Order: sequence, then structure tokens, then C-alpha cells
Amino acid sequence: MIVVEDLHKHFGGFHAVDGASLEIAKGSITGLIGPNGAGKTTLFNVIAGNLPATAGRVLMNGEEITGLTPHELFHKGLLRTFQIAHEFSSMTCRENLMMVPAGQSGETLWNTWFGRKRIADEERALRAKADEVLEFLTIEHLADHKAGQVSGGQKKLLELGRTMMVDAQIVFLDEVGAGVNRTLLNTIGDAIVWLNKERGYTFCMIEHDMDFIGRLCDPVIVMAEGKVLAEGAASEIMQNEAVIEAYLGRGLKNKVKAEADA
Amino acid sequence: MDLLNALVAFLNFVFVPGVAYGSQLALGALGVTLIYGILRFSNFAHGDTMAFGAMATILMTWWLQSLGVSLGPLPTALLALPVGIAATALLVLGTDRLVYRFYREQKAAPVILVIVSMGVMFMMNGLVRFIIGVDDQRFADGARFIITAREFKEMTGLREGLAIKSTAVLTVVVAIIVVIALFWFLNKTRTGKSMRAFSDNEDLALLSGISPERVVAITWIIVAALATIAGVLYGLDKSFKPFTYFQLLLPIFAAAIVGGLGNPLGAIAGGFIVAFSEVTITYAWKKVAGYVLPSWEPDGLVQLLSTDYKFAVSFAILIVVLLFRPTGLFRGKAV
Ligand SMILES: Nc1ncnc2c1ncn2[C@@H]1O[C@H](COP(=O)(O)OP(=O)(O)OP(=O)(O)O)[C@@H](O)[C@H]1O
Ligand SMILES: [Mg+2]
Repeated sequence: MIVVEDLHKHFGGFHAVDGASLEIAKGSITGLIGPNGAGKTTLFNVIAGNLPATAGRVLMNGEEITGLTPHELFHKGLLRTFQIAHEFSSMTCRENLMMVPAGQSGETLWNTWFGRKRIADEERALRAKADEVLEFLTIEHLADHKAGQVSGGQKKLLELGRTMMVDAQIVFLDEVGAGVNRTLLNTIGDAIVWLNKERGYTFCMIEHDMDFIGRLCDPVIVMAEGKVLAEGAASEIMQNEAVIEAYLGRGLKNKVKAEADA
Repeated sequence: MDLLNALVAFLNFVFVPGVAYGSQLALGALGVTLIYGILRFSNFAHGDTMAFGAMATILMTWWLQSLGVSLGPLPTALLALPVGIAATALLVLGTDRLVYRFYREQKAAPVILVIVSMGVMFMMNGLVRFIIGVDDQRFADGARFIITAREFKEMTGLREGLAIKSTAVLTVVVAIIVVIALFWFLNKTRTGKSMRAFSDNEDLALLSGISPERVVAITWIIVAALATIAGVLYGLDKSFKPFTYFQLLLPIFAAAIVGGLGNPLGAIAGGFIVAFSEVTITYAWKKVAGYVLPSWEPDGLVQLLSTDYKFAVSFAILIVVLLFRPTGLFRGKAV
């Protein structure tokens, strides 16, 4: 679905992404892990069109998408969330969700004044959909709250909710689970699995919580220092010497080993 | 009786001119604030955009007048206004395509865009003077006064007269209509909401599939309309002279910043704050004081500042706000 070929992103002399190549299979929930500063978010930024690539290519379904703008990628069905949740702070949660599906009649100046009936119908459908999404994420009571004022975890849910407002093909999630309590984390995990199974979303998710990764993701890609270090099933990755060295640390290895022995 | 006279003098010399001037500044500041909120730079060319809009409208008005078209008591300029707006919209869209877009694509820093807008300002400045000249132009026609000072005195028997110019009333009425339409547009329509979304969080707006070029184009069209309307109202109320529009830039920016840059409601409040400060500080209160305190015979004019220095008022307000509350009264973006 997505192929990244020898991608580089340099900030001055610093190589944040340094020749990363990877593939995300259609219908998968691919995990992306790695130490802080490995270049994971930067990789997302380049793929999603927020930053220009220094070198390399990104393909989506065989078609080159390097250098397209975020809104062009949106219309191709490529969506992302941010590590630090973004929201339209002065709008309500419902309005935030209703902003998403672009390309509606109300967006031309002409229709704003002369196509009022059609806009009203669309608005109603959109509102119903937004309410449905809020309910699915168990935050329907926040519908009329200003998005700037809800909690950090709730903003994360709202971020996920935005991707449910349209029929996305692939969604890049940047630490949706970070700073979220266990129950909420399960809600998010369930939502991701449901979207993957029922609506055919492909996911690529950055996450630091290895339990969460192990439960959802297959395969898992490990990045370190801007490069892809390893790729494989979650259980394999946790055994991989190089990965343990770079990311997981000895403590976890012993734990995993103990579990394997038992 | 004396208190009534004092009140009438106050209304006549302070309140009515203040409201009219405040409306003009508010419309100007709205344009500046929209550009700041969405394109993220302070547009120094805004005063000259107003001058261009007014000029285009004047040329159209003259042509209509030469054909003998008239709106009766209303100024013919109202009829010419749509043409003026269209011409200005074309000018700013063209400028955006030729100039600003280049810097947007480079993701240039706001400071660079400010300097670029100064360049645009000089170009527009020259363009307007080249076409219509540097002199004063009169284009107001229709009824001059709703009520003259003499009529008012005869009606009420007061010693003070209250003259209300029709252009002052027209200014306020048009400003109210424009502001209501703008707020309806920004808050209720989808296009308006995408503009607000874009101003709130650009990254997220892009990810929500909102096309930046379309938002930018629509913003420029709205700004052209606001600038032209403000420019024409100011020209009708006073007179049209290219240089005065350049000077208006200071009070307009003061208004936008007092209210909080990027905040439309703030721009309106700021417009009136600046206008009333200017008018009250430069007005000679001798007459009003004479009615209120007949025993007190002031020697001077009881004028805090000569009208020659009226721009100092905007400047002082600007400095005070920037020192003590840089986000403005309504919490816009910090400058
Ligand atoms: N705009 C930028 N300018 C300069 N350096 C940057 C920029 N963005 C990221 N970097 C650097 O690139 C490196 C990779 O950052 P990135 O945000 O991609 O890490 P990450 O893998 O997402 O880490 P984390 O797990 O902490 O989120 C970091 O060292 C960071 O300092
Ligand atoms: Mg990151």
C-alpha cells in the first residue's frame, strides 16, 4: 500500500531520517517503534506532506506521492494524527469532527449563497455522523464542549475520531495511546481494530507501549537513528538482539526471556 | 438647559464624528485582522488597498454621474461600489498570485511578508496616484445633511445645533450591515468555518482536506470588499486624497492590535476605542465646559492635543497596548 524508498530528511547537517526504506501492507496494522529521537515523527511528517523530503520517494498503491501537500493526500485517503494532539480550539468537539469531510457543497462561495438547501441536508448528515463517532469513542457528552478545553486524552480520542469521519485508506497514528489511561487505551485499541476489520483501514502507528503494540500490531518496524533497524512480528522483535540493544534494554529482555522459559 | 446644550455640543462634535470614524476604522481593522489571522502577516498595503478601492469606485461614480444616473438622496457611489470591489478583488488576487504566493511556498517568515507588503504598498501607492492624481477628489452627491444645525436649533430652541451628515449615518448603517454579514459568514457557513479553522490551526486544517489556496483566495476577496467599503465610506465622509489613506494605516493597525490581532470582534471594538480616543483628546472642550461650569471661564481651548497631532494618539495607544497587553483586549495572537 505504502512503499518508502531510501527516504532522507536532513535538518541542516543533522540526518533525522537517514535512508529509511519500508513497506506497509494493505490491511495491516503496522507498528513503528524506536527510541526517542529515532526519526519516527519526522518520517510521518515527510510521508504525510508536512515536510519536504531531502531525498527518496514515497509511493502509495504504486503511484508516487512524494511532495504532495497534506490536503491533496487527504483526498487520496491518507490521514494522520499528531503526537501532540491538534484541535480547532475555538470550536466544539462536534464542530471539529464536522470540519473534516472536505469537498462539500458549502465550500464554494456560490453555494454558500445560492445552494442553501443542499448545504442544509449535508450539514444534517454530517452532524449525525459526528455524533455517531463521538458515541463510538464514548465522548458523546463532550459534543458541545470547546475542543480547546477537553483533557489531553480526550483530544487524542478526538484525533482518532477525525479519521473516522471519512473513508480513509491509510491512517498514520503518532502515539495515540500516549498519556491515556488504561480503559481509554482499550477503547482506542478496540476502535483501531474495528476500523481495520470492518472498514478496511490500513494503520501505521507509532507507539512506545510494548503491550499495546504486541496486542495490535503485525508486523512491527523498528527505527533507530533515522534508519530501519529490524522488521517482523511483535514477538520476534522483542527477542531481536539489535533491537534490545537499541531500544528495549536488558531489563525487558530478561523479562521476555523469563516468560518464554516459563 | 445648559446641560442640554452641553450634551448637544458633545453629540455634535464628539459622539457623531466618533461613531462615523470608528465605523470606518473598524472596517479597515477587520481587513487587517483577517489577513493576519489567515495569512499570518501584518499587511502594510491595506491603507493603499482602501485607496485603490475608493479610486475604482470614484471612477465608476463619475462615469455613472456623466450618464445622469443618480440614487436620489443617496450617493451614486453606492451604485458604483460593486464595481470598485470587483476591481480591488482582481488587484489583490493578482498581487497574491504574483507576489505573496511565492513567499508562501517558501514558507517565508512573517517578518519577510511584512516587508514584502511594504513593497506592495509602494506599488499600489504609485498606481493610485498615477491613475487619479494626488489631489483631493470630491465624489459625494445626494443629500448632504439629514438634519442641519440650523434646523435643529429651530426645532428644539437650543443654542447649540446638532448637524448630522447623511454620510455619517450611511457609514454607520453600511458598517452594521457589513459586520453582521461577515460574522454570519464566518460562524455559520462552511467556507467561513474553514477560514476560522485555518486561522486556528493551519496544520490540522490542511489535514482535514481544506485547500489552503482556496481559503487564501476567499480571504483576499473578502478583504478587498472590506477595504473598498471602508475606503469609500471614508472618502464620502471626508474627501478622497491618496495620502490620507496611507496615514490611516496607523490608526487602523492601532485598532486591530488593541482588539487583539486576528480577532474580528476585537477589531471592531478597537476601531471605536481608537476613534473615540482621538476625537476626545483633540476636541476643544471649551464650549462644553462653558455650559457645564458657567462660573469657570477657561482661558485656553481646553484641548489636550492639537488636531495636527491626532496620529500621536494612535501611536500612544499602540505603545501602551504592546507594553502591557500584547495580545490585545480580546486575546488575539500575540504580536
Ligand atoms: N524541525 C526540526 N528541526 C530540527 N531538528 C528536528 C526537527 N524535527 C525533528 N528534529 C530532530 O530530528 C530527530 C528526530 O525527531 P523525531 O521527532 O522524528 O523523533 P521521534 O522518533 O518521533 O521521537 P519520539 O519518540 O520522542 O517522539 C530529533 O533529534 C529532533 O531533534
Ligand atoms: Mg515522535
